[in-house]
Amino acid sequence: MKKYTDSGKKDTRSGFGAGLTELGKKNEDVVALCADLTGSLKMDEFKDNHPERFFQVGIAEANMMGIAAGMTIGGKIPFTGTFANFSTGRVYDQIRQSIAYSHKNVKICASHAGLTLGEDGATHQILEDIGLMKMLPGMTVINTCDYNQTKAATIAIADHFGPVYLRFGRPKVANFTPEDQTFEIGKAVQLQEGSDVTIIATGHLVWEALLAAETLNEQGVSAEVINIHTIKPLDKDAVLKSVAKTGCVVTAEEHNYYGGLGESVARVMAENNPSPQEFVATQDTFGESGTPEQLMDKYGLNAEAIVKAALKVIARK
Amino acid sequence: MLFVPPEEYVTFDTENFNTMPDISYLNDLIIQVRRDILRQVHKVNSGHPGGSLGCTEFFVALFQVLMERKDGFDMDGKGEDIFFLSNGHISPVFYSVLARSGYFPVNELNTFRHINSRLQGHPTTHEGLPGVRVASGSLGQGISVSIGAAETKKLNSDDHLVYTLCGDGELQEGQNWEAIMYAAGNKVDNLIVTVDYNGQQIDGATENVLPLGNLNAKFKAFGWDVMEINDGNNLTEVIEGMKEAKRKTGKGKPVCVLMKTVMGNGVDFMMHTHAWHGKAPNDEQLEIALSQNPETLGDY
Repeated sequence: MKKYTDSGKKDTRSGFGAGLTELGKKNEDVVALCADLTGSLKMDEFKDNHPERFFQVGIAEANMMGIAAGMTIGGKIPFTGTFANFSTGRVYDQIRQSIAYSHKNVKICASHAGLTLGEDGATHQILEDIGLMKMLPGMTVINTCDYNQTKAATIAIADHFGPVYLRFGRPKVANFTPEDQTFEIGKAVQLQEGSDVTIIATGHLVWEALLAAETLNEQGVSAEVINIHTIKPLDKDAVLKSVAKTGCVVTAEEHNYYGGLGESVARVMAENNPSPQEFVATQDTFGESGTPEQLMDKYGLNAEAIVKAALKVIARK
Repeated sequence: MLFVPPEEYVTFDTENFNTMPDISYLNDLIIQVRRDILRQVHKVNSGHPGGSLGCTEFFVALFQVLMERKDGFDMDGKGEDIFFLSNGHISPVFYSVLARSGYFPVNELNTFRHINSRLQGHPTTHEGLPGVRVASGSLGQGISVSIGAAETKKLNSDDHLVYTLCGDGELQEGQNWEAIMYAAGNKVDNLIVTVDYNGQQIDGATENVLPLGNLNAKFKAFGWDVMEINDGNNLTEVIEGMKEAKRKTGKGKPVCVLMKTVMGNGVDFMMHTHAWHGKAPNDEQLEIALSQNPETLGDY
C-alpha cells in the first residue's frame, strides 16, 4: 500500500487564494470579483497586489455573475468568489443564461461547500451544487481534495477556455497531494491500487477514502482508491478500468446522493458494465449546525462510513 | 420578394464614423424594418411585435448613426462601441437591423424562430449569429453584463462605449437595481442604458401590473445621470437625445436615457396596447399592417 502523509492541515480555500495570487502575477487577463467575502475566500492578496483587477461587487451575487459574463467580452478571465450556496443556487439563472448558454469564460469559484462549513447551519451548507452545475451544458465541474490540489486546479482552469465551477471548502483538512502536481482537468488520479473494491471519492472525502482503505487492508480487503477531482467531464475510462478489475464501487462525496458524483459514476456503469455500487453521500436531507467532524459523523461522510459501504458492496458482488 | 444581395448590404463606413446617412434613407429603413418585424412574426405565428415596433427608430439610430462600429463582427468588440439587448424578446427588430446593417444576409430573417436557425426566439451566442454577444431573454441580466463589458473596456484602455437597451417592465427584476447601484458606485461612465419606456408589459400597463414609480428620480437617487427622450418614435429626437447622452459619458456617472415609446408604433391597431406584446398578426391583419408600411428598400 502506498503511504500518504498529511504535511499539515490546511484549508482548501487557502489553496484557492494562493493559486489566484500566483495567477495574478503571471496572467494579466485574470480578474477577480467578490461579493463581500474577500477574507473568507482568501482573495486579499490578489486584491492587494492588483487593486485595478479586483472588483468588489457587494452583497449582490446575481449582478456579480452578469458582470463576470460581460467582462469576458474583451478578453478578461473573471474568477468569481463567494460561498458555494451563493455561487450556484442563488444565481442559477444568471449562470445558465449569461455564462453557460453564452459560453463565457468565467470561473465560478465556490468556497464553504457542503456540511463542513459547520456552525452556520443548513442555510449556508449547500449539498446540491454539484448537481446544479453538472446539469448545465458545457460546464466543467471540479471538486478538489486538499490545499495543494486546489491551488493547482485554480491555476489550471485559467488555461481552459469555457465556464468552470470550482468547489472547495472551509475547514483545515489533510494536505497530502504533491505540491508540484500538474492538474489535468478530467483526469482521475489513482491513489491506491486494489482488487476487491473501487472507492471513488471527491473533495474532502478523498482523504477519508485513503483512511478507509488502510482499515480495509488491515481486514484483508484490497481497496483501489481513485480521486475524481473533475466530476464533469468524468474520467469514464478510469472508472471502467477499475471496475473491470474489482467488480464493485463505493462513491464518496460531501453532497446529496441525488445529482452528485455517485449518480455520474452509476450512469457510466449502467451504460457499460453494470456493477454493484454503494453511495456515501447525504441522503436527500439539509444539513444543520455543528462542528465539521460532528456533522460528517452524523451524516455518515467519513472513513468509517466508507469502510461499511465497502464491505456491504463486496457482499453484493 | 426581393432578395438583397450581399454586395448591397448597408454597411457603415468606419473611416467616417460621423457621416450620417441621408435622413430619407433612414426613414425608408425604418419602414422596411417594421415590415421585417411583422413578416418574421407572422410567418412563424409567434414572437413579440409590439415592443419591436416601438424600438425601431432607436435601433436604426443606434446602428446607422450613433455607434462607432468596425466592419464585420468579433466577440471581443475591442476598438468599437458595443450593444447589448437586455429585453431579448424584441429580437425581431434586433435581427432586422443587424441584417440590414451588414451583420448577416437579410434573407436569413426568413428563418426566425425556425428549427436549425441562428435566429432563435431570443438572441443567443450559441448559434454564432454575428452581432449578438450574450444570450438574453430571461430578463434583468443585461445591465450587469454591460457593466462587465464596460469595465473590461476601461481595463483595455478602450475609450469606446457600451450601449444597452432594457424594457421598463423588466426593471421589476431585482438584479437591475444591484447593477444600477454598482454602476454608480464604481463610476462606470462609459455606459448608456436606454429604457424602452412604453408603459406596457405582457399582463397589461406597468401601472396596473406593478407600478415603476418615478424612474427618473430612482435612477438619479442611485447616482446616475438621467435624461429623457419624450418621443422615442421620432427619429430626429432619438438621434439628438442619444447624442446628448453620449456627451454625458466620461464624466464619472453612468448615463440613463428614459425613452418614451409607443408599443406597436407604425401599425394603428397595434398601438397603445399590450395586446400585441407577444402575439403575431394573422394573414388579414398582416395585410393591413403592411399596407400601412409600404415596401421601401425591398422585402427579404
